Amino acid sequence: MNTKTRLPDFSRYRIDFPLLQETNRGKPVIYLDSAASAQKPRQVIDAMADFYVRDYANIHRGIYELSERATRMYEETRETVRRYIHAAHKEEIVFVRGTTEGINLVAQSFGRSQWQQGDEVILSTMEHHSNIVPWYLLKEQIGVVLKVIPVTDSGAVDLEEYKKLFSPRTKMVAITHASNVLGTINPVKEITAFAHSMNVPVLVDGAQAAPHMPVDVQEIDCDFYVFSGHKIYGPTGIGVLYGKKALLDAMPPYQGGGDMIETVAFSKVTFAKTPQKFEAGTPDIAGVIGLGAAIRYMQAIGMENIYAHEQSLLHYAEPKLLAVPGLRLIGTATPKVGVISFVMDSIHPHDIGTVLDHEGVAVRAGHHCAMPLMERFNVPATVRASFGIYTNENDVDALFEAILLAKRLFA
Amino acid sequence: MSLRELYQEIIVDHGKQPRNFGKLANANHCQAGHNPLCGDRLMLYIVERNGIVEDVHFEGAGCAISVASASLMTEAVKGKSVTEIDKLFDLFHHLVTEGSEPEGSLGKLAAFGGVAEFPVRVKCATLAWHTLKAALANDPDPVTTE
Repeated sequence: MNTKTRLPDFSRYRIDFPLLQETNRGKPVIYLDSAASAQKPRQVIDAMADFYVRDYANIHRGIYELSERATRMYEETRETVRRYIHAAHKEEIVFVRGTTEGINLVAQSFGRSQWQQGDEVILSTMEHHSNIVPWYLLKEQIGVVLKVIPVTDSGAVDLEEYKKLFSPRTKMVAITHASNVLGTINPVKEITAFAHSMNVPVLVDGAQAAPHMPVDVQEIDCDFYVFSGHKIYGPTGIGVLYGKKALLDAMPPYQGGGDMIETVAFSKVTFAKTPQKFEAGTPDIAGVIGLGAAIRYMQAIGMENIYAHEQSLLHYAEPKLLAVPGLRLIGTATPKVGVISFVMDSIHPHDIGTVLDHEGVAVRAGHHCAMPLMERFNVPATVRASFGIYTNENDVDALFEAILLAKRLFA
Repeated sequence: MSLRELYQEIIVDHGKQPRNFGKLANANHCQAGHNPLCGDRLMLYIVERNGIVEDVHFEGAGCAISVASASLMTEAVKGKSVTEIDKLFDLFHHLVTEGSEPEGSLGKLAAFGGVAEFPVRVKCATLAWHTLKAALANDPDPVTTE
């Protein structure tokens, strides 16, 4: 990725995050769990509060100025999202509750409505449960077969094996853009190109990529792309499903209700067009407003700069951690986002997590909703430190010191 | 509270070198326990006669808290009646959730008092106990803390 210009001073962004001024177990918060959820800048919190204070009304139905204003803000965010992921049309942006709901929507609406028993979906070993279970439900519901791309020892998808998984029954490739455990950034453009050469559509789970790097869905050429608002410094409960317009237009609704119809009679209901067709009921309007503010916040810093900042932290952190005797990184493929998973000889990840917590260092310890990947690497769990805009070298140093403390404690 | 209060020597010791570890060929109760959150897994082997636990062993892997808890539990319950074990579990559960115990009643198990400060670790400390209870009740299903 191009880092031609000098990086801005990221310390000035850290003060935008009120929570980072708080404490964890009486110590300054060292927040290294952004891959689970990112903290929120004041700009996002204020945008949502201001919306409730000044502009709130339901959307798409009011005949009064206030509702028109709320509707305009809501729909303008659709345009903000379109630009953020470089989609061709704003009708291709569907607001959902998060990545999980986006994948479930595609599985149920796109998959269940047209696939048969024995049809196949290709996934990878490094998928988050949210990109496994929706497809597994189709296995239970209609007998879809799941095929799995293996992951190499370094933590990359095995592209040769991937190509061998295709058959005339392959209906979908669903793969993560970046692994929430390994950090690996998958070559989704290449993966998509091959799938398309076999006439198979591709869904990319962007939950761990959208916060860290520029995303261009037209360049990837994927058919669906999903991500969550709360991981890109926005609120919880809101996310985005991108789908190519022709596909979305042909898909049946996922949920029924208000706002997704044109006319309703007991004998006949006609549905609204894409994307309203997929947004039944009053949506999370304030969530959408907050999502828009989060995207604007990141864009003001620059996605290239965010990527470069996190890469420099990775380059600082990995050698430092590897110097700890007995520490092993899980996920050494490149390129990777700012996610470091590790295990240590003879200290269980949960014990490390508790020691770190006691020192004010918030990391994730566990299976990270990726049990098949834990099995692949033959570990019950890992400790995961993950970075964001506000992360700095001081956070990494605190992590390092706390790991040394854990080693002393269990020596 | 200091880390040493949570990870007392006895917990670190039993976590590293669990006692009563391994199968029991003559067990008449076997029960699997699983804590999906941590990935802790254990298998309990129990010899019970006329309501008395004559011997108990375990196998498995997990965090220091769960392994040490299983190890110290096997020491604590050996030779006790099912009713006594029920009472002991109640006291232990109170200890790891509330952080306090009636003076002197838990012996070595009192080392787990620090767990109460870390609520997410309560499941680690109680997995072996839940599994033991299910085994003695002849519960056909593996125990899970989720």
